[in-house]
Amino acid sequence: MSNKRKKRTKWLKQFKFNKRSNKYINSYVGGFLLGLLIIVALYFSGEGLGSSGGYRDVAVAVLDKVSPDYAQGNSYIGPRLASGESPLKTWLVFELIGVIMGAILSGAIFNRLHLRIGKAPHITNKKRLLFAVIGGILWGVGTQLGRGCTSGLVLSGMAVNSLSGYIGLIGIFGFGFIFAFIFKSIWIKTNK
Amino acid sequence: MGPLYPQGIINSEFNILIAVLIGAVFGFILEASGFTNTRKLAGVFYGYDATVIKVFFTAAMTAAIGLLIMHYLGWIDVKLTFYPKTFWIPTLIGGAIMGLGFIVGGFCPGTSLCAAATGKIDAVVFIGGVMLGIFGFIFTYDWLFAGLRKSGKMGDVDIAQWLGISDGLFIFIMIIITLVSFVVFQKWQDSQTKNMEQRDLNELGLHKPE
Repeated sequence: MSNKRKKRTKWLKQFKFNKRSNKYINSYVGGFLLGLLIIVALYFSGEGLGSSGGYRDVAVAVLDKVSPDYAQGNSYIGPRLASGESPLKTWLVFELIGVIMGAILSGAIFNRLHLRIGKAPHITNKKRLLFAVIGGILWGVGTQLGRGCTSGLVLSGMAVNSLSGYIGLIGIFGFGFIFAFIFKSIWIKTNK
Repeated sequence: MGPLYPQGIINSEFNILIAVLIGAVFGFILEASGFTNTRKLAGVFYGYDATVIKVFFTAAMTAAIGLLIMHYLGWIDVKLTFYPKTFWIPTLIGGAIMGLGFIVGGFCPGTSLCAAATGKIDAVVFIGGVMLGIFGFIFTYDWLFAGLRKSGKMGDVDIAQWLGISDGLFIFIMIIITLVSFVVFQKWQDSQTKNMEQRDLNELGLHKPE
């Protein structure tokens, strides 16, 4: 094989299924299927794949259960209760029920259903859980302010060429790289 | 012509059934691609794992190309879908808050749900945090967030139109950027995984570069 040819096949290799890495499916295959799924969701339901909207619907339902007067009078969530329909009867809530089922199915097939804490090895469990709850709170606020998360705002937004999706991309990933530099010690062991 | 449900072509029961099915495939793909592994997700920001970039951009470009073709064929009108309205100020600020949450928490809402479903305790705690954050936002909305959330309103904005180019040209440029980013992130991953311990590589489902 000529050198030029060899170089070309080496470059192409990254796009091919690698037999040695059988833990997860090929990233490009996964991404392609995910792209097709977005098209299906838009075509049938006119919805993007979302997550944080479903979380919000659950929060609305909880507040409506605990204190209906407060919930209906709140200017952020009140309008969602005006129709009298259950706030849980939304497309996104049912989609999230499906997400849970699909993740369990995949976890069962690939033998990944284990109780454990995911983290970098040098971080203690206590620290990891503390960071997880803080990160979660930030997402809770950020999604409501920014109108969606990685899936509904950015991924589905990019699929339909919306400016909003690309602003979300810059926000989450652009600022993500800056914060990653600052908080490197959470994920990378530094020799101190 | 799509979208079907917003135009009353399918009924709401069928629409809900579709929601569950689409969710199930979504959850399956996320789990099978490794998105329940918080170290893989964080890895994109430190270069040792390019999975997120590959899956995410392949999905976005596949969908964008497919929808562009369907639009030209008259099969779908995306403006009848959920099409997101642009409020650039809160989305940029909210995005930055989410970016910080990604680094600190190691998940985003969708991936944390899959991770919690497959037994990751940190993901359960993360979801608890998300709910706390949403409740906090609701309780403080009037005096803290209402003005900011409604600021920077631009309406339904197509990024290509906003840039003054055609959708096709924009997607073409994005494909080039995507392919370049795949090569760059792969090279970054190779340089980082070269000296990684086998135990870490196994956990990430990666292998040393050839």
